[in-house]
Amino acid sequence: MKQQKWKKADGILIGIFLVLGLLGGVLLFLLGERGQKIQVRVGGEVQAMYQLADNGRYHIEGVEGGSNTLVIQDGKAWIEDASCPDGLCMHMGKIMQQGQSIVCLPNQVVIEITDAGAEQSVDGVVR
Amino acid sequence: MKRAQGLARHGILVAFAMILSYVEAQIPAFWAVPGMKLGLTNIVVLLALYQMGTKSALVINGIRIFLVAVLFGNGMSLAYSAAGGLLSGLIMIILKKTGRFRMITVSIAGGIFHNIGQILVAMALLQTKALAWYLVFLWCAGLASGFLIGILGEALSKGIRLDEM
Repeated sequence: MKQQKWKKADGILIGIFLVLGLLGGVLLFLLGERGQKIQVRVGGEVQAMYQLADNGRYHIEGVEGGSNTLVIQDGKAWIEDASCPDGLCMHMGKIMQQGQSIVCLPNQVVIEITDAGAEQSVDGVVR
Repeated sequence: MKRAQGLARHGILVAFAMILSYVEAQIPAFWAVPGMKLGLTNIVVLLALYQMGTKSALVINGIRIFLVAVLFGNGMSLAYSAAGGLLSGLIMIILKKTGRFRMITVSIAGGIFHNIGQILVAMALLQTKALAWYLVFLWCAGLASGFLIGILGEALSKGIRLDEM
């Protein structure tokens, strides 16, 4: 194959790709609203809902005895501890915007920031 | 017209693509995002596209997607893989046909659309917009991996001729 050279067309297309990528990130960040509620789903079913204002550590029981520790602090949420073999959920960062989520695939745990109505679950129990 | 490409040649390339797919599946993805892969397999499709032709590239890609899903995955992974692999393959074929872009650029586009295809399918199946963030991350990851694969592809092209194996 003969030596390939950079041509203007390459630069333009790659430039477009780069810009789109950056734009997407910026847009999502700017348009994202800080969420209010965080929903915990295990195996697709809603297990619990918390307010992002409920600072604290919460234990989540995943499938097949797995467990994750959800931490809510200063309006952000993240997973601090997990029983899963890969521990990827602990490295997914802290979420705070509407629509963001952290997933633990082995335990089938999903924590998602959503203001969607909690039809299936309760916000809290008053005893 | 088209030379008849050896069946064995295609078979070897499919096998190689499958090995790459398996190898990269062993590397834990940092973001635990469905579809986050290095895209190593694209090197085979890319080189096949340039050295053996569109049809060969499509065949090798398609069979690789199918076999990897059957052997190592499930119905879901087949859907994701097919969406990403086919979309990326198509984009690369189109870009290459225009003749205006070099291999690295074609590979970048392939890398991006490979990931985008998967995420779009995930968004459609899971009915969630929450994945929009992943779309951005995967867009950038695809760009980066496509770039690296492209460089590798151009380097290999100097020494290896797939149609003369």
